[in-house]
Order: sequence, then C-alpha cells, then structure tokens
Amino acid sequence: MTIEAPPAAGRAVEEEIAAPPGRGGSSRDRLRHGALAVWSALALLYLFIPIFIVVLFSFNDNQGRFNFTWQGFTLRHWTDPFADPDLARALVNSVEIALISMAIATALGTFMAMALVRYRSRGRSAIDFFVFMPLASPEVVLGASLLAMFLTLNINTGFVTIVIAHVMFTVSYVVVTVKARLEGMDRHIEEAAMDLGASEWTAFRKVTLPMIFPGVAAAAMLSAAISFDDYVITAFNAGQTQTFPLFIFGATRQGVPAEVNVLATMLLVVVLILMGLNVMVQRRLARRDRAAQPA
Amino acid sequence: MAATQAEADIHLDGVSKRFGDMTAVDDLTMSIPRGSFFAMLGPSGCGKTTTLRMIGGFEDPSEGKVFLGGSEVTQLPPYKRDVNTVFQSYALFPHLSVERNVAFGLERKKVGKAEALKRANEALELVQLGHLGKRKPAQLSGGQQQRVALARALVNRPRALLLDEPLGALDLRLRKQLQIELKRIQQDVGITFVHVTHDQEEAMSMADTIAVMNGGRIEQAGSATELYERPRTAFVANFLGISNLIEAKVTGDQRVATHDGVALHAPECAGLIGDVQIGVRPEKITLILDGEPVPDGSNVLRGKILVAAFLGVSIQYVIQAAGGEELTVFAQNTDGTEAFGAGREVQLVWKPEHTFVVQRG
Ligand SMILES: Nc1ncnc2c1ncn2[C@@H]1O[C@H](COP(=O)(O)OP(=O)(O)O)[C@@H](O)[C@H]1O
Ligand SMILES: [Mg+2]
Repeated sequence: MTIEAPPAAGRAVEEEIAAPPGRGGSSRDRLRHGALAVWSALALLYLFIPIFIVVLFSFNDNQGRFNFTWQGFTLRHWTDPFADPDLARALVNSVEIALISMAIATALGTFMAMALVRYRSRGRSAIDFFVFMPLASPEVVLGASLLAMFLTLNINTGFVTIVIAHVMFTVSYVVVTVKARLEGMDRHIEEAAMDLGASEWTAFRKVTLPMIFPGVAAAAMLSAAISFDDYVITAFNAGQTQTFPLFIFGATRQGVPAEVNVLATMLLVVVLILMGLNVMVQRRLARRDRAAQPA
Repeated sequence: MAATQAEADIHLDGVSKRFGDMTAVDDLTMSIPRGSFFAMLGPSGCGKTTTLRMIGGFEDPSEGKVFLGGSEVTQLPPYKRDVNTVFQSYALFPHLSVERNVAFGLERKKVGKAEALKRANEALELVQLGHLGKRKPAQLSGGQQQRVALARALVNRPRALLLDEPLGALDLRLRKQLQIELKRIQQDVGITFVHVTHDQEEAMSMADTIAVMNGGRIEQAGSATELYERPRTAFVANFLGISNLIEAKVTGDQRVATHDGVALHAPECAGLIGDVQIGVRPEKITLILDGEPVPDGSNVLRGKILVAAFLGVSIQYVIQAAGGEELTVFAQNTDGTEAFGAGREVQLVWKPEHTFVVQRG
C-alpha cells in the first residue's frame, strides 16, 4: 500500500478548489462551481477506489488461492489474520525495521539539519547536495549500489543491511523536513537560552527541540512510513529476511491470501489515525507559532 | 588602565570584529563603570549589536579582549558569563508560560522549582505583569512581551544587563512610557545597563554616559550635556540635535576665521590646527537686526532670513549666512513680539563659549 497517496490527493484537491471565484455570483459561476465539485469527487474516487477494494476484499469469501473476484461476504479472514506464520514474521520484521530506522534516521537527520542550519562551513553546499541525492536518484540505483557496497565489504545482507539502507535514504527526508522548521525559527531564541545559563545541550533539549518538535515528529512518521513501504531498495539488500512488501510481492506469484488485505486494512486504519493526530498537532503548533510573532 | 579596569564592570580592550573583509567593529576600547546606565548610540549598521554580542558571548572578537568585573571572558561561552541580554526580538520561549520563561535562568542555576517560580513572579511584579504569569507569550501585546524579556533577564541579578534596542519595535507612546520605567528599574536594582539605540532622544533622556558609534568606532563618549555642548566630531555634532557647522581655519590662540573671512572667538579650539569646522547650536543664537548694536565680545555673523516659522514656544528661522550656508536659529518666544519676516537682514549673535570646534574630517 502507498501511504503517500492521501497527502498527494489532498494537494490535488486543494489545487482544484483554489480556482473557483467567490461564492454566490451568477448562475454561470454556480454551474462552474458544480462542475468543479463533480470533478473533485471523481479525482477523489480515482484515488480511493484501490484502497476501498483492498478493504472490501478482506471480507471476500474467496475459494482457492486467489482473491480477485467477489464471492460473498465473510469475517473468516479477520478471525485469525496472523495464521500464516511467514506473513506474521514478515510483518513483525517490517515494523521492527521501520521503528529502528525511524529512530536512527530521525536522530541523525535532526542533528545534521542543526549542523547545516547553524554552522556555516565551506562544505555546506556539497553536504546539501549529498543530502538531496537519495531523494533524486532512482531507487533501483540506490538499492543496487548499496548491495554492491555490502558485497565489497563482505557484509551478509539481512535485517541489519535493510536497516542501514533504510536509514540511508530516510535520513534525507528528515534533514529536509527538520531544516525547513529550523530555518523558520528565530535563532535568538536559542541564544536567549544560552544567555540564561543553558549549555548547548540544555538549550537544545529545553528550547530548540520542543520548538522544532512538529517537524521532527512529521519527519519520524514520514521515515517510518517510507521504510515500511519500501520494496525496491529492500529487495536488493534483504538477503533471507522477509518484509511485508517482499512477502506480498512473493505471495502474489502463488496467489494472494486474503490475510494480506486484512493486515493492509488494519495498517490503513493505524496510518489514518497517525495522520489525523499529526495534522492536529501541526495545526495547534502552527497556531501557536503564528501568534508568537511579535506585534 | 589597570585601575579603570578594576572599577569597570565591563571593559573592552582593542576589540575588533570582522565578517569576511567587512569590519563591523574596529579596535574598540571602552570601560563601563559599575551601576551606570550606559547607552551606545549610532546609526543602523555602525556595529552596536555586534559589540553587544561580543560582550554577551555570541560573537568571538577577531581581535582584542573582553573583561567582566576585571576578569577576562573573551573565550567563555554565553552561559558562563554573568550578563544577561534583552533581545530586540524579545526571543521569548513560545512553548513556555510567561512565568516559566522568567524562571528559566533560575532553574539553570539549580534554584528549586518552587523558589524559581516565586522569584519569577516577583520579577513579573516589578515590571507590572504579576497577573499574567500563566499566559503564553503569544497571548501578550508587544509591550508586555518586552517587559517579560526584561523580567526574564533581571531575575538572575546579573552583573550587567545588555539591551539591544529594547524599545525599537514599540510605538512612540509606549516607548516613552517604558523609557521612564526602564530608568526607574535600573535605579531600583542598581545593575549596570548597557542600552543600544539609534534614537538620540532615548539615549539622552536615559543614560548617564553615551558612547556615540560610527563605522565600528566610538566617536565620543560622555554625558549627554558634554556630547551636546562640546561635540568633538562633526558626526557627533550632527547626530545629537541640530548643528550649524561652518568651514573655518584656526588663526591663533582661541581664534578662528570662517571661510569668508569673519574672525570669531573660539575658546574650545585648543589643540586643533588648520582646517576645522566651527559650530553653534540653534538655541544659542540671538538675532539682532542689521545696524543695531551687539553685546561686547560676541561672535557675530551676518545673514538674511529665508524662512520664519512660528512654533508657539519658539520661532524657527532658516537663515542664509553671508558665507552661503543655511543656518537654523531657535528664538525663544519669551515676550510675544512679532517674528522677523523673511528677507530681513540680521546679525546672528552668540557667546564665544558656545562655539564648538571640530577637526575637518
Ligand atoms: N553575522 C554577520 N555576518 C556578516 N556581516 C554582519 C554580521 N553581523 C553584522 N554584520 C555587519 O556588521 C555591521 C554592523 O552590524 P550591527 O552590529 O548589527 O550594527 P547595528 O546594530 O549598529 O545596526 C553591518 O554592516 C552588518 O551588515
Ligand atoms: Mg542592531
């Protein structure tokens, strides 16, 4: 499943909505307004139908190995979604990898962003470039070159190499997100903390971190989502380790167990809740920041 | 030097700061006595903030040394210096309540939380914000935020308080009110205040000592009266109040001649030679109609009135001097007589001791 899809959908819809002229007005305006609403609804439908089908088919009373045609309603798959031990193992691996690489990438990326914003060094633009590269280069290239590196260094691919690979490309997202947040922060606030007796570390802990927290939290969630979602880079560096996307991809060759739909649906709900929370936190903090500008 | 250094709360010794090949502060040496209200006055970009930041520990001097209370602190980080700063942007912590903002410094000094909050609220009382401790900074007005910033710094009882244009973002009325309040607080707590401003009126009304800065250097330091009555450079003369400056030459002991040959008496010109400018403040000049007698020993220039503006308390004249320069004269409206009209030929008369002389730069 693709976790990035909903924000992209939101953006598309916003662009559509930004166009209409002021409400009220002539019947032509109203007509245009109506057409736009229909258009937006269609766009949403297009984006959400695949997700809807995933959810729907978790209730499909399918016979045989495939789960592609509707054969009646059942809760059968929901009674024991972890029945397939390989599936359960893959899911646990994916969650572990996502959490570990999220923790490492978030910590590393936050400090990298701090260094990039706070200290002007000669190599800054070069570092900026290297941070940006994983975002711009094709995943196949990243995956293959990482594998080449692991082979050269004689490292057996597996759980650890997946984590290393995921940290490597999610850290870029963290740096970019946290940097944006830091650049919007009055750096005198940090200086004020030190002025009042806080060491660099205390100032970071008590002042900087709470202030950039929305950015850090968003970055953490994003990197967990990307890690969980990744197929290409993982496939190169997984060795014998199964992850959830790898398992699904493998399973589709022999048929797709409906349990995959069940787990995907559960994940969808979890991700939706997380995203809802994220939006709420960001809104509240945005309001606080807006009001914090001196008059 | 050693003696002044020991008395001085803050002492800068040959301090320079360069950003690339741009010199922001240029070989600055100054001493700020304990308990004084010291203003650094100068136009935007003259290096005031940079100087303050080097005292606070936020910039490393390119050269020179910084002393606080006699001991060198040049290499110490801000959190090891016994001074506190009030930033122009206030720099309050947006995620903490007002009282937690003020208690921040005390908590860093390991004062217990309850005690820290108690003292924070006392400090808030001092700036008349005792009732707003539970609010977030965003819920306060600009003037209130400014006071919180002040309380947050003062509560630590630092050796000195550094204020970087603390009133710059406020409107005129609030600024006047807070000027008085700041002065009162400084007298109450007896802490050295270093107050940076580009507003000459603010500096003159608040400070014991004013250092006028220009281009990274101190042009002149002294009391407001000294700077106003006896400016030593044309920059100081022009920056504080209105000056009438006239090109002249030193011709002898206490004697100068203007560029158009008028001999004037200038007791203040000791030590100056060659090309100078002489100056006199507009309110020191009396206008006497051409042909009428002038008091003995006065300095006299001739001129023609261009503009006469009645301002109630005074009359402001713009006069074209015989030498060509436009001079300003304020005549006190003490007896309610009619102003001289434009076009009248007049004599500008003032006492020699009101003449100041600056080297032509
Ligand atoms: N971090 C910096 N990097 C480069 N130039 C700076 C920096 N800080 C200040 N300057 C320059 O130094 C000069 C003095 O600045 P500043 O001390 O802020 O002046 P003031 O406070 O008197 O307006 C200005 O020309 C400014 O552009
Ligand atoms: Mg400044």
